[in-house]
Amino acid sequence: MATILDKQRYSCPLAGMRTVSAIQRSLPILHSSQGCAEKLFGGGGSSGYFSPHIFPCSALGESEVIFGGTDRLRETIEYAFKVVDADFYVVLSSCVSEIIGDDVVGVVASFEGSEKPLVYASTPGFGGTSYTGHEAVLKAIFSQYLEPAATVEKGLVNVWASVPYQDQYWAGDYEVLGSLLESIGLTPNIIFGYGSSLEKVQRIPAAQFNLLVSPWVGLSGVQLLEERFGTPFLHYPTLPVGAVETTRFLETIGSFAGVDPLKTKQVIDRNEERYYHYIERYADTFLETRVMAKYFTVISDAVQTLAFTRFFTNDLGLLPGKQYVIDETPEEYRDLVRAQFTDLNYGNAAEISFESDGHLIHEQIRAADYHGYPLLIGSSWEKPLADELFAHYLALASPSLERLVVDRSYVGYSGGLRLIEDIYSVVMTRFN
Amino acid sequence: MTINLKVSQVPPREQRLGSVTGYAGDLQDLVSQARCGSLESRDRCFKQTSTCVSCALFGLTTIKDVAVVNHAPAGCSAIGIGVQVMNRQLAARRGTTNNSVIIGTGMDEADTVFGATDSLKEIILQVYERYHPRAIFIGTSCVTGIIGEDIDSVADELSQELPVPVKPVHCEGFRTHIWIGGQDVVGHTVLNTFVKPPKVKTNKINFINFFESARDEIIETFGKFGLEPVFLMVNSTVEELEHLSEAICTTSMCGTLGTYLGNALEQEYGVPYVRTLNPSGVTGYETFLREIGRVTGRSEPIEEHIAEQRELYINQIEELKKKLKGLRVVIGMGPGYALEIARVVDELGMEVVWNTSWHFDTNYDNGEVPPAAAYLADKGLNFGMSVSDQQNYELLNVINTYKPDLYLSRHTGTTVWAIKQGVPALCVADEYMIYGHKRVLEFGQAVLDTINNRSFEVNLARRTKLPYTDWWYQQKPTALLREVTV
Repeated sequence: MATILDKQRYSCPLAGMRTVSAIQRSLPILHSSQGCAEKLFGGGGSSGYFSPHIFPCSALGESEVIFGGTDRLRETIEYAFKVVDADFYVVLSSCVSEIIGDDVVGVVASFEGSEKPLVYASTPGFGGTSYTGHEAVLKAIFSQYLEPAATVEKGLVNVWASVPYQDQYWAGDYEVLGSLLESIGLTPNIIFGYGSSLEKVQRIPAAQFNLLVSPWVGLSGVQLLEERFGTPFLHYPTLPVGAVETTRFLETIGSFAGVDPLKTKQVIDRNEERYYHYIERYADTFLETRVMAKYFTVISDAVQTLAFTRFFTNDLGLLPGKQYVIDETPEEYRDLVRAQFTDLNYGNAAEISFESDGHLIHEQIRAADYHGYPLLIGSSWEKPLADELFAHYLALASPSLERLVVDRSYVGYSGGLRLIEDIYSVVMTRFN
Repeated sequence: MTINLKVSQVPPREQRLGSVTGYAGDLQDLVSQARCGSLESRDRCFKQTSTCVSCALFGLTTIKDVAVVNHAPAGCSAIGIGVQVMNRQLAARRGTTNNSVIIGTGMDEADTVFGATDSLKEIILQVYERYHPRAIFIGTSCVTGIIGEDIDSVADELSQELPVPVKPVHCEGFRTHIWIGGQDVVGHTVLNTFVKPPKVKTNKINFINFFESARDEIIETFGKFGLEPVFLMVNSTVEELEHLSEAICTTSMCGTLGTYLGNALEQEYGVPYVRTLNPSGVTGYETFLREIGRVTGRSEPIEEHIAEQRELYINQIEELKKKLKGLRVVIGMGPGYALEIARVVDELGMEVVWNTSWHFDTNYDNGEVPPAAAYLADKGLNFGMSVSDQQNYELLNVINTYKPDLYLSRHTGTTVWAIKQGVPALCVADEYMIYGHKRVLEFGQAVLDTINNRSFEVNLARRTKLPYTDWWYQQKPTALLREVTV
């Protein structure tokens, strides 16, 4: 049923085009109206090998709405093969093509045996969110393209985490997660961003296991991989930011993968030593800055809200105000997500709300008592609210339009230090 | 063709202005076909994505303190944040605020079957309670257009219930390939929602533009002529819009942007619409001002201003031309600027080797061929010309074929591709970039700066691969245009 989308933070399933385009040399083909890509792709990092304006599109118009658009789609695919130099093509359906009932599956099937691999995902705008669109694309690739591997490669780990582009830090996050795995002797298979390729996609079934670093997005995908290829998965719900969580992350992965515990411990010791070397040097700043908030609120998707809540509480010793999860977490995953907010250090637990109505979120934040200035981690939507509340505010959540993110990541030991730098760079602009 | 303000849906430009999105040939042929009415759009067998006519909704939110309820699935209304941030920044530059919002209705699958007008009504009432906007615009979408959602009745009903106007805004993405038609929808909606019949005549000029960056300067200059520009629509107030009919004339920084509102104000209220060349470059600026002088009876102070500006800048411009002479340029822009900038390029002694326009209006709403095209054709100029709705593969092929010294873009999204091919590129993003004599100098300098330090594009081009196949680069740029028209 239509519901109010006020201060909207996600878009629609067709935004799954970004997931396709996050795999280097993979090309979405849109069976949609001509303007969807520009509206859905967003601004950041959109001039890679392909850009939204390079995505082939059937540009459905009035006549296709009346007479059907399958001929248009067939022709678009034929010429996409000839004109655009890609390795992998993913046809995405849209509101228009689904309502007019175009047989997209049939068109895609007619290309079977063609030189270039082609799969299809159903991504009508009315069918979910940008999070479910990401999942739809993954499932399409897993079920239509992947073939069982001859052998399982020991130590090879597929990494599934942030939703590309929906999370602005996705590119850096995948790189850092890969480095963390490498540090304990595993071989990360990173599907998205720098260094990705069709070959890496092809290797997915050969992995020893799938690692899902996300509270719920992507769970259906790794389950499908287990079903199809018997690949086990490790579900680690928290994106590790800072020392406490990253150490727990490495221990958990190491133990699941069968890494020698001594090796894992050496890696952890080396990293923690470096991390606390820096924390020690700057602890006086943290302790004696007169205006720093003690209570924080994060308004983001489950990935970020959880990751930052755990970092602020367990690493920095701050206290959680109410936390907001805006990604329309499906009902069946909500208990799982909630549970991650309950086992914080010193018996702390964060109250969380699955709420996407930004107006209501802002009303609740205004009414809350933060015992001083709050630390607000949100999106560009929170800027005026932060001004109003005199909050310390950092736009880390999507959509954030006034901050350029290239390969920055808050993941890992160094990521925690980066986040501290960014927060205190806000805090230090003010004296009380 | 007469503009009909009584209809709810503005006819798309393909029908209203004979606008085309597919053409290949040259300027002389294009203009002569437009003049004799034989110009027809050529379809393509391959298209890449472009832009949606629902940019109308963004246009409406630049008016202060209104609400747009976009009755659509979540993707369409996701533009809300871009609008909010841009409006916040545009208002801050003026030291004011704009509290306009875009709210979505998040239509789901069931809504596509059963419709969702009841939920829509509730959402609109909620939006009114939350924001108390000066007007509420119900934006349509592909989905509402196809399922036949009766937005007009919802608007009528709620207009009775609420103390502010509630109006439908028809901007379904599949209806037209010419997204700037969204600006026609903005004009139509403003006329139907706010504009009142004149009570007095004023010395105000309705100044239709995009982002008013030269506002202060223009207010100062026009003040000397005894004229008061009112910039539209960014930061426009409802009160300003109510009085558009009382202005001494209307003008527009971009012919394709202003045609609907400008001509409709003339048709409905007799406000003269000044439709000359746009004020880019020396000829453009002087022609534009002289026509304003003629229409408003201010020729004398305007001639004085022109003489003064010439005295200050013409010699410097002549010097600059020596440095620019012979540079070969490819232009890729919307039609409101592509041929205006071509004139400036020619004026500065550079050579247009190819011009790609995102669409071409056979005529504007006054029935005339766009002045910039007519001017260049009548001057006897000619160059290769294509009309292509941002078809990036055609543009890269053009750039590869002609290997120009410079690519000039305007609409965002194409500039980077020229530099990836190793061609220096300059984005004429600000509509006032070449406004008036002084900025002609600045523009010339920007061209030289672009060409004289090519480090960025050379560094990048060295390490990037182009996205198209060798096969494609061996074809003619317009090879995938169909012969038959549809």
